[in-house]
Amino acid sequence: MTPEETRDFEAKIRAYVGREVGAPTRGKDDVNPAMIRHWTEVTGDESPVYCDQAFAAKSSKGGIIAPPTMLQIWSMEGYAMCQRPEMDLQRELHKIFDAHGFVGVLGTNTSTDFYRDLRPGDQVTAHTVIDNISERKTTARGVGYFIETVTKFTDQHGADVGRQVFRVLKFMPNAETAEAKASTAGAADKPAPPTRIQAPRGHDNAWWWEAIDQGKLMIQRCKGCGTLRHPPRPMCGDCNSTEWDAIESSLEGEVYSFTELHYPKFPGYPYPLLCAVVQLREGTRLIANLAGCEPEQVFIGMKVRGKVERVDDKTVLPNFYPA
Amino acid sequence: MAARISDKAAIVGIGATEFSKDSGRSELALAAEAVKKALDDAGLKPADVDGMVTFTIDQNEEVDVARAVGCGDLKLYSRVPYGGGAATGTLLQAAMAVATGVAETVVCYRALNGRSGQRYSSGVSGNLITGSAIHYSWYMPFGLLTPASWVAMFTQRYMHLTGCSRDALFEVAQATRAYAVNNPAAFFYQRPFTREEYDTAKKICEPLRLYDCCQESDGGCAVVVTTPERAKHLKQPGVLIRGVAQCAARGQEEMTSFYREEIARIPEMDLAADEAYAQCGLSAKDIDAAVIYDAFTPIVLWQLESWGFCKYGEAADFVKDGNLRPGGRLPTNTHGGQLSEAYIHGVNGIVEAVRLVRGTSVNQPNKPVAHALVTSGVGVPTGGAILGRMG
Ligand SMILES: [Zn+2]
Repeated sequence: MTPEETRDFEAKIRAYVGREVGAPTRGKDDVNPAMIRHWTEVTGDESPVYCDQAFAAKSSKGGIIAPPTMLQIWSMEGYAMCQRPEMDLQRELHKIFDAHGFVGVLGTNTSTDFYRDLRPGDQVTAHTVIDNISERKTTARGVGYFIETVTKFTDQHGADVGRQVFRVLKFMPNAETAEAKASTAGAADKPAPPTRIQAPRGHDNAWWWEAIDQGKLMIQRCKGCGTLRHPPRPMCGDCNSTEWDAIESSLEGEVYSFTELHYPKFPGYPYPLLCAVVQLREGTRLIANLAGCEPEQVFIGMKVRGKVERVDDKTVLPNFYPA
Repeated sequence: MAARISDKAAIVGIGATEFSKDSGRSELALAAEAVKKALDDAGLKPADVDGMVTFTIDQNEEVDVARAVGCGDLKLYSRVPYGGGAATGTLLQAAMAVATGVAETVVCYRALNGRSGQRYSSGVSGNLITGSAIHYSWYMPFGLLTPASWVAMFTQRYMHLTGCSRDALFEVAQATRAYAVNNPAAFFYQRPFTREEYDTAKKICEPLRLYDCCQESDGGCAVVVTTPERAKHLKQPGVLIRGVAQCAARGQEEMTSFYREEIARIPEMDLAADEAYAQCGLSAKDIDAAVIYDAFTPIVLWQLESWGFCKYGEAADFVKDGNLRPGGRLPTNTHGGQLSEAYIHGVNGIVEAVRLVRGTSVNQPNKPVAHALVTSGVGVPTGGAILGRMG
């Protein structure tokens, strides 16, 4: 997707945020003992407060209650949804995702709050809102967006009885993963390991990363006045020349500052991960990872020597080792 | 020569929504409520507003807020870039407009679902579609992805050069918490903490742990700026903008100025301090209380040095002497700061600085506050404002 396409797409999906997926759905059946019994048989929950009228009456509940976790059950669509699902706003939103290649769907997590016990005779109505859509995320499954819906459950008096948050990931399945699957049909179905976030390459920096791919750490040099500069820029701040070439770094330097990254941990990066501002012998600095040493061994002023090396399937980087 | 902006504009109204981790409503709803409350506080009507200023990163269009609140014609709309670095920059835009007659009554606002919506702690990603993509290319492949990681890099070197220890960082966190426990609007209201909790909290990026980092919050804040003449006839005592500046310094990057001669200092804030003081002829000794941008504990130390409350490298001792506390030399972040009240990108700080000058902070210092300082986020182009009482 081009940046423009992404922008359009995101504008389209964001327009759904805050909207109800459809009219409130009133449960087809009121809370009733038969459905409660089926549920407890299936789940193996034998608490008598759900089924034994005499016991329940004497308990602190004062009568039969439905298992709280059945909350969502009472207003479910039922078998009809498998045959001819009703086109609600949520499905409409998913179709937009599908049309843009985000065909994967994964329920990631749900949480429920229960406000009061439901008893036979109660009527449950669900009101579902598309609450939020995350920014674009890179996950092990592929790039995608988390969609969170919030369902408010009310009773026959309009009072809230519970609330459920449901999160799904709509994602573009990793091309690599799909290809790997196709080419090794029958082999172990293992997703490709995640890689580091790639440096976006544009006019002013692509040449530097291409040199890294060739194993060389370059430093931009002004043709007008010879000043070295990093990160690369299109014009010299000293003499305003736009002419430049580059020299290859000796990869010798020292730690100017550093940090150990603990949290959050991003997929594709090896932790413990040490990151440093490295002062190169040539005079410029760059950010790079430290390797071959323990966090407690690192200090400001430590001499280091760099090595441009492959760190994962997609990424070549300069790493600096204790000299 | 300093800009002739001193005392040309006054803050006459402040407003804030509740602060939460899940506002359950749109950012526009938060912005509209904050703006309306600020106008009510001033005793002004939406129709009186003819200018609006916010952050470039704010998702609420000026005209949308104007329509939501029922404002009429606008003659100024202006935005300030660089995340929290924009906070007091909004006051500068408003003051310039009011001073020149471009607009008479300007609202500065910021509203975000910073916890339930897009979170800043989740860092930059490979899917950036903005011009800053190339900028972050120098950091993303190495895992240096979050504001905490960038600030940690400066902090480590500052501690190395000055001998500052975690004791000072703890004192910054503890001082804001001690104020927040009295502030019902604060996330950490009635929730004091101990050194042990601080020291055992989750490690974020060496040397920063969880309580060195501000929260992520949902909420909105707004202030109304108008002419001193008009301010005289409004409900609240006007609070003058005595000095205000926004500055970027040589070699500046957005959060990652790693290539300057020395990275363990913030020259852009030195510039802002010099400029703001020069505008009004005041100096550090005239500042009675402060709201110092505290996205992370160490950045408070650097700003104390920039604004001349102590010399370079002495901020650790300055805070350990209790100077940020209620009876100290410079009661600071009396609302609880962004560490302990809420993270509304410093605009809740502007609101608190106005309260300090009005004398209405929930933790009002037990001394007259003639002048209060409020600053913007650092690491980015930044700024600050000196607020004072109207004569
Ligand atoms: Zn040059």
